[in-house]
Amino acid sequence: MTILHYDGSFEGFLTAVFECYALRRNDVRIRKQEDGESTLFGDTLFIPTDAAKAARVWNGLKTRTSPEAARQFYHSYLSELPLSEDHMLEYLRYVMASDRDVSRDFSHPAVLRVAQVSRMIGREKHRMEAFVRFQLTADHIFHAVIEPDHNVLPLIAEHFKNRYADQRWVIWDARRQYGLYYDLEKVDLVQEAAPEALAETANSDYAQLWKTYFTSTNIVERKNMKLHLQHVPYRYWKYLCEKSP
Amino acid sequence: MNYDRITQKLSILADAAKYDVSCASSGSKRDNKEKKLGNTTGMGICHSYTEDGRCVSLLKILLTNYCIFDCAYCVSRRSNDIQRAAFTVEEVVDLTINFYRRNYIEGLFLSSGIFKNADYTMERLIRIAKTLREDHRFNGYIHLKTIPGASEELIREAGLYADRLSVNIEIPTEEGLKKLAPEKKRVDMTTPMRHISTGIVASKEERKTLKSAPVFSPAGLSSQMVIGATGESDWDIMQTADALYKHFHLKRVHYSGYVPISNDSRLPGIGAPVPMLREHRLYQTDWLIRVYGFDMKEILNAGNKHLDLDLDPKAGWALRNLHLFPVDVNKADREMLLRVPGMGHKSVDKIVEARRFRPLTFDHLKQMGVILSRARYFLTCHEKNAALRQTQSGSAQLRKILLQQTHSKYQAVWTPQLSLFQDAPVVAAPPANAADLQTLFATAL
Repeated sequence: MTILHYDGSFEGFLTAVFECYALRRNDVRIRKQEDGESTLFGDTLFIPTDAAKAARVWNGLKTRTSPEAARQFYHSYLSELPLSEDHMLEYLRYVMASDRDVSRDFSHPAVLRVAQVSRMIGREKHRMEAFVRFQLTADHIFHAVIEPDHNVLPLIAEHFKNRYADQRWVIWDARRQYGLYYDLEKVDLVQEAAPEALAETANSDYAQLWKTYFTSTNIVERKNMKLHLQHVPYRYWKYLCEKSP
Repeated sequence: MNYDRITQKLSILADAAKYDVSCASSGSKRDNKEKKLGNTTGMGICHSYTEDGRCVSLLKILLTNYCIFDCAYCVSRRSNDIQRAAFTVEEVVDLTINFYRRNYIEGLFLSSGIFKNADYTMERLIRIAKTLREDHRFNGYIHLKTIPGASEELIREAGLYADRLSVNIEIPTEEGLKKLAPEKKRVDMTTPMRHISTGIVASKEERKTLKSAPVFSPAGLSSQMVIGATGESDWDIMQTADALYKHFHLKRVHYSGYVPISNDSRLPGIGAPVPMLREHRLYQTDWLIRVYGFDMKEILNAGNKHLDLDLDPKAGWALRNLHLFPVDVNKADREMLLRVPGMGHKSVDKIVEARRFRPLTFDHLKQMGVILSRARYFLTCHEKNAALRQTQSGSAQLRKILLQQTHSKYQAVWTPQLSLFQDAPVVAAPPANAADLQTLFATAL
């Protein structure tokens, strides 16, 4: 058993897959270097990211399947779920070994897993598009903080860019410590959090009005907390102004 | 802006608007090409959910709850002694824009009590939509309620600014409407529906040849009726709904279980439970008609006027038509698979894709996430299916088994709710534990 370490990037993972084939080895696991997983009886090997090798694997996937399948595969990477590399490797092996598009062969475990994980990511993306709550800061930036279960910032950038085309905004992922910043022209990744003071001078009047609305639009006679929690799980309440005390 | 005054108005006018069910923000595409505010992609977003579990997608308010009408089922009726309030045009615009910018909402759902007359009220609603679109370059979703009796010109104008127009049919039967809202006439509702429906069809036709032709209410027309207020049958309700879908091409009909709000002797009294389970069965029927290819008559007809509260309408249909089952997972066409109890579009899509690769077994189906608790009595696949022995024993027997094995999510919801009203006379009590009773009977016999 050999463990291939990569730098954590998507291209890094694809490079590691390329090396699996180059080494002609089947008993390989691919892991992020930062997770530091090693094996008692095998060796570990660090694979430096190589854009050309990554592109060959990526194109191989795209020519054998569909843009939709490639998108789902990328979602598996963003999921950051344990063992996701194993499923992704198994998926790629199955795709590469088949001479027709097998990306919808849902009775194959790896294909099914990739499809299921992609749906999870899709739901999380959709939830973030719903649950982002902007506050207007003193220097006229709409600022929001989220802690999504999966790394969905790359997936929601386009949505917010199109929607709030005429206002500057920041969405900060507090769990992964990076954010998106839109400056009225383009969206950039930012690595530094907005200073606390900046985020707290927010004009909270509309947040209060929103809470008033949220309470008044509820029908008490139909209360159904089970359904409520199913749609708005506890873990998201922290940044939802209507659910804050 | 007087903050306290706005807060007060918002709580009154949101409270008065909350009985309108629709909160859909989907079905309209407004691409944001000129750096406007908002981008409507055709996919709705629920930004939050209230404690009753309903989606909050739009700022749903009344412009005012002053009303010249006295409809018995409505909180804003003239004779009701409640606080009244009215927003100005600017206040509604300001709330909409600022809520939208903070990502609280997809847009505005504006309705109103009728003050002065229908046209006067309709004009105010249109002015708000127009200000949002033209002065604030608002590109989000706008749903306008059409005021019964409003003139055709105003409806034409409303359709140019709104994504969706709706006209509430209010009460499923004409007799019921006469009883509860003697000042309103059916024709006041069907006339605007006809105008809107013609407008939508005409605009679609025009845009086929001329791309720049104006869009008219692109997310369509919807309606709503109160159920359980006038003793109508499920057949009455679905006949009306079916007619609306067929004649006016409605996108959606919503069913709103009557929430008791007065001690008017014509209506279920305060304390009577909201018929939520019945409402749920009606929605299920609605979906079977709109997206599962069923004809209304297959589910409700002169000989079968009420839906089975214990069992979903698709299972009910399957039990009446056992001769069509079992169907083969590996061979049946989509249409037939969709008619299998417990199977939805997602499951059927997966099955149709996956069976091209190898014959499917129940294990495959389970792993794909197909729910088999009911479906297995109606399916054959690439292995022996012991459950089918039960199917052969006839529909009465199978019904018992289905009831024992399915646990309605409404039971848990109902039980504590009923206990609140233990002393109150129960009007039209829902058979909360009907499934359990059924089991009891079965064992007693």
